[in-house]
Amino acid sequence: MPAIAERTATNPAHRFRFLPAAPSVSQFRARRLTASCRRGFRVRRRADMAGGGGDKFSVLLPTYNERENLPLVVWLLARTFRDSGKDFEIIIIDDGSPDGTQEIAEQLEKIYGSDKILLRPRASKLGLGTAYIHGMKHATGNFIVIMDADLSHHPKFIPEFIRMQKEGNFDIVSGTRYKGNGGVYGWDLKRKLISRGANFLTQVLLRPGASDLTGSFRLYRKEVLEKLMEKCVSKGYVFQMEMIVRARQLGYTIGEVPISFVDRVYGESKLGGNEIVSFLKGLLTLFATT
Amino acid sequence: MTKLGQWLCGLVLLGSAWAVLALAPPGLRLPAPFRQALLPLPVYLLVAFGCYALATVGFRLATFNDCEEAAAELREHIRAARADLARRGLRF
Repeated sequence: MPAIAERTATNPAHRFRFLPAAPSVSQFRARRLTASCRRGFRVRRRADMAGGGGDKFSVLLPTYNERENLPLVVWLLARTFRDSGKDFEIIIIDDGSPDGTQEIAEQLEKIYGSDKILLRPRASKLGLGTAYIHGMKHATGNFIVIMDADLSHHPKFIPEFIRMQKEGNFDIVSGTRYKGNGGVYGWDLKRKLISRGANFLTQVLLRPGASDLTGSFRLYRKEVLEKLMEKCVSKGYVFQMEMIVRARQLGYTIGEVPISFVDRVYGESKLGGNEIVSFLKGLLTLFATT
Repeated sequence: MTKLGQWLCGLVLLGSAWAVLALAPPGLRLPAPFRQALLPLPVYLLVAFGCYALATVGFRLATFNDCEEAAAELREHIRAARADLARRGLRF
């Protein structure tokens, strides 16, 4: 699912001081602190895991017709994790692609071993949200990485995600195209304008406290993702937005790492009127209900 | 409270403050110069916000990074990946 419309980087909390219910950063931290005291046990367990270096990262790769890209992504992932010495597994959730994605995934399983590549296919196209739930059931890592399998997300950023997570002990680390060295490749001016405009609108309406809501390159603590999956009901781009919005509501912390988004090298990426309409509908739904 | 609720609260608060001042009976009115500034204030605010939005989106559009090097690097990595996978017996 290539990302489409997005939002921007400033902290909108500063712009709307007159609005009554916007919690300040310090209030937010205080609330989070009390929440973590209540969850003392969990916090201690997390600290142990962080200190012991026993982390394992499960990468969820939902695929549909990614025969060309899948082996390349898996190769890059395996190399990145081996270079950084982290324990990992790649869970491929193929939704019955007619192009033979499944067959090439089986070859990859033979090359890398069935402890590194887990095939968890489904019979038909059932959507991204259920793909994550399905994949997560089989994940043995304590962290989950979700990313697109179409090479628009380069695995080289994962070590930075991991470093950022450790630094801030974050619950979620989100890749962002809108900050620092982040950016995109292969978008024309119109697409960039839609993306920036949609991002601005989202920031104004939702004040989510994260700069890239429609991106889908993120690192989650497993239990956090499980909790969020219970709460989120949207589909498509809006699903990624809802994950961040709900995460804020539940008091989870979010770190950000700038990423470059290289639009599909193989296959085509679509941004039609329908997607814009469903994005706006989803945005307004979140605006009215969260 | 939902984000919609927060917006409505903010708008109602500001709106009623404005209405009280603008619609006050003649005896309680603000001095004329203030009144002249007050009456079109909502329109000014709206225009100012519109300008801010356009400027922000325009600036961010102009400074949106084009990741040429990232794309070149990816192409390089793809070549290496294909060669290595073929060596390991993958049939593309």
